[in-house]
Amino acid sequence: MNSADLDQQHPLDLESARIGVRKPEQRYDLQGDTPDEARVHTAMVNFVKDFGATAATYMESCVHCGQCAEACHFYVQTENPRYTPIWKLEPFKQAYKREAGPFSLIYRLLGLKKKVTTAELKEWQELIYDSCTLCGRCTMICPMGIDIATLVGQARHGMFQAGIVPHELWSVTERAQREGSPLGATPSVFEERVEWMGDEHEVKMFIDKEKADVMLTMSSIEIQKYPESMAAMAKVMNHLGLDWTFRTDGYEATNFGLLSGNTAWQKDMSRKIVDAARACGASLVILPECGHAYGALRWQAANLLGEELPFKVRHISEFLAEQVNNGRLKLRRVDKAVTFHDPCQVSRRGGATQAPRDVLKALGVELREMDNAGDYNWCCGGGGGVITIHRADPLRYKAFEIKIEQVEKTGAEVLLTSCSNCRQSFDDSQAHFHWDRTMHSLLELVADNLVEH
Amino acid sequence: MDLLEFARGPAMQWALIILVLGITWRVAGIVFLKRKSDLSEPRTHGQWFGAVRTILSRSVPAPAFRSRVLYSNLLGYTFHIGLAIVVFAYMPHILWFESILGFQWPALPNAVISVAAVVTLFSLVALLVRRLTSPVLRLISNFDDYFSWVVTVAPLVTGLMAVADMGVGLRYETLLAVHLLSVWLLFIWLPFGKLGHAFLVFLSRGTTGALFARRGART
Repeated sequence: MNSADLDQQHPLDLESARIGVRKPEQRYDLQGDTPDEARVHTAMVNFVKDFGATAATYMESCVHCGQCAEACHFYVQTENPRYTPIWKLEPFKQAYKREAGPFSLIYRLLGLKKKVTTAELKEWQELIYDSCTLCGRCTMICPMGIDIATLVGQARHGMFQAGIVPHELWSVTERAQREGSPLGATPSVFEERVEWMGDEHEVKMFIDKEKADVMLTMSSIEIQKYPESMAAMAKVMNHLGLDWTFRTDGYEATNFGLLSGNTAWQKDMSRKIVDAARACGASLVILPECGHAYGALRWQAANLLGEELPFKVRHISEFLAEQVNNGRLKLRRVDKAVTFHDPCQVSRRGGATQAPRDVLKALGVELREMDNAGDYNWCCGGGGGVITIHRADPLRYKAFEIKIEQVEKTGAEVLLTSCSNCRQSFDDSQAHFHWDRTMHSLLELVADNLVEH
Repeated sequence: MDLLEFARGPAMQWALIILVLGITWRVAGIVFLKRKSDLSEPRTHGQWFGAVRTILSRSVPAPAFRSRVLYSNLLGYTFHIGLAIVVFAYMPHILWFESILGFQWPALPNAVISVAAVVTLFSLVALLVRRLTSPVLRLISNFDDYFSWVVTVAPLVTGLMAVADMGVGLRYETLLAVHLLSVWLLFIWLPFGKLGHAFLVFLSRGTTGALFARRGART
């Protein structure tokens, strides 16, 4: 498929509240023409490929207590037992016990675990992709401490190689690998939009500097939907007097390789950023307001590439908190009641839960936390690639009802987050529910309230 | 050799051998798998501390979840504590442990043990009813879940019958032998199925605790 075909067969919609691939008239949720038998084999081989002691420990440990269901927004909102997080892994658990576990011989000899079929894997596509945002709330409730979200991510490795990925997620991933962005933010589009924002907001932009201390990255959602983020980030950097640059050879922070389960592409996508940062000698790479981008570069990239990264990686909220805490960044007081939505991959799964709260404190806002805020926050429902999948919309909206209730309960005037995917999920649900609340960016609020020295 | 001699002799020896070898095999089969070193820059270095913290913290559901899992947690705690009292604080059991370990400890009065055993039995029945009626549990349950329930309940029932000497026509010696055999069945099954959580719980919680501690996430 060349780029023209890609545009024709999987056209992008960049106008709606949720941007992405237009709703397909006919769905193609199976890729390639692999025979069924081979699909299962490929799925399982790729599932166990990176199977170390960690994943095996988890696979052995489930006691079928079912508590994970109570932590999952999709189960809690529908009470459909199929959405029980550990059930989403059932074929993989079965295959593990039969083929790979310490007692696999016994299981096979006694026929205790049946062979997984392609029909089952097709059925499970909805559970592994549409109904899991990889938010990891289930991990927090599991009395055995099983990190179920990581296992679902690993199951996606198998599903991608077997060609069992939902239509839209596959197509944005393919586009990202081909064009450098899942949403059409190619290097030239990116460059144009950076310049446009520079003019529009009268902020000095640096792009493709040969040497710089700090390299900034952006997510496609921001480039295409919230371009003010680029101006905001630049404004903060200029204000701090830092030597920074954007790079057209490594700007895209989103990683659909990770979300869809294509490890090789995930690696390629991370390598672009790493190579660009190395080329300009950056000692710090700043990730934009994007959740999974943080997990991809901060925690996974070094391991995929097999080397320690030659620079530090910080999420923008962490960076802002550092600057506020060391006194270099002074902010004007914002006299408003604010609530903050934690992006799962940055807070619960990234460990940077406190950072946005430090920034909010510096802004002097009245922080009205939602119930279970911070590490136990309810996900927006759109993470993990779920927001790209049109057939998952009804389920995602159902999960979002939790957020509406939570936000309303705080009575806060301003909604903030530091993930553009959460933000777009809020925008889309706002439109769907005709809700009168709009999610805003923490970074943009900071950029609007810098105190000149 | 009569049934009691068999239960006290070769049956016990084989059960203990399978218990120990089974656990060793299962644990070794996991921990000796490749363990890649993590090359990401750690936020904190307290990985061992994180592992221990999670091993402790997951014993009680976080406040965010408490109301939703209260019933099953209370039942779970009841039968685990009840079982521990019956197994470790009943004089005849302590004497059996002494025969293997070489030392003993004080026992609780028999009346306390009887109450604990009955309460444990009721909570296990309640948990089974839950497993059979909750749509989530019915969906995810398999042979292991029901068989493990049976081999856990069997020693309790046979033990209570032996103590009460209500042998439905059987001699006390036979009742005792049946009780012992039911315990050996539990020993033999323990390493293989979900009952392995008795030792896997430390590995599994500890693994996540160490990973999360590295990222500075909640342990």
